[in-house]
Amino acid sequence: MYAFVTFLAGLLFGLGLAISEMTNPAVVIGFLDIFGDWNPSLIAVMGGAISVGMLGYWIKNKRFSPIMSKEWHVPNLKHIDRKLLIGAGLFGIGWGLSGYCPGPGLTALTNNPMEGIYFVGALIIGSAIHHFQNVLFRK
Amino acid sequence: MENLTYPILGGLLIGLTTSFYLITTGRVVGISGILAQLLFNKCRLLPLLFIAGLILGGSAYGVLVQPSIPFPEMRSPLLLIISGLLVGYGTRLGGGCTSGHGVCGISRLSIRSIVATMVFMATAIITVAATK
Repeated sequence: MYAFVTFLAGLLFGLGLAISEMTNPAVVIGFLDIFGDWNPSLIAVMGGAISVGMLGYWIKNKRFSPIMSKEWHVPNLKHIDRKLLIGAGLFGIGWGLSGYCPGPGLTALTNNPMEGIYFVGALIIGSAIHHFQNVLFRK
Repeated sequence: MENLTYPILGGLLIGLTTSFYLITTGRVVGISGILAQLLFNKCRLLPLLFIAGLILGGSAYGVLVQPSIPFPEMRSPLLLIISGLLVGYGTRLGGGCTSGHGVCGISRLSIRSIVATMVFMATAIITVAATK
């Protein structure tokens, strides 16, 4: 059941990205191009997602535990550090270059495979560099 | 306004999904984190199922929605590789991407996520302006 819920969540999330056209990097770049021919669609996507997402947290706060798990696994970090700022900064540069963030990049494997293979290959290598950097030089 | 119908519907579905996943499993939907679990965790079945579902759902594009804007023609592999490296490394270093920080983090009013989202939005907007 837990496995089915996980698959279903992935499926619905992917459908949401597809319906809102966030799977298309041309649409995403159009949104980021605020000094050019600006397309405001991503604000509608984020607004829709965050408003229903807030409802989810409101329900969470009324419950002792999730339905299928003993405890909540929601991140609880509060501090703003250099890693957060540099990481988010680098991510934004990469996102602006191609219009792919991780979800739409993965769906490009089937939507636009010639591009998807290069992007996802590099996405995996980038994640791996961070992973092995942490393993080798544990702070 | 009618061209915002699909973005709003898609956004509502994304929010519904993050809420559903939260209330059932107690977890946040963060694609960069789930991909890292698939790559480096011992238990790979759940992240594999999530990402398989994501790719399947995301491929419904051509079936469900008439694209209002066509997909780009194949762009330079070098651009895609540099972009992928920055997105892969940056999201892990910063602990999240558009889903984890941008949707789930802002939904629970996490200060870290609000700051991260402002930073990646700003650098993405500057990058698009600079590369046009």
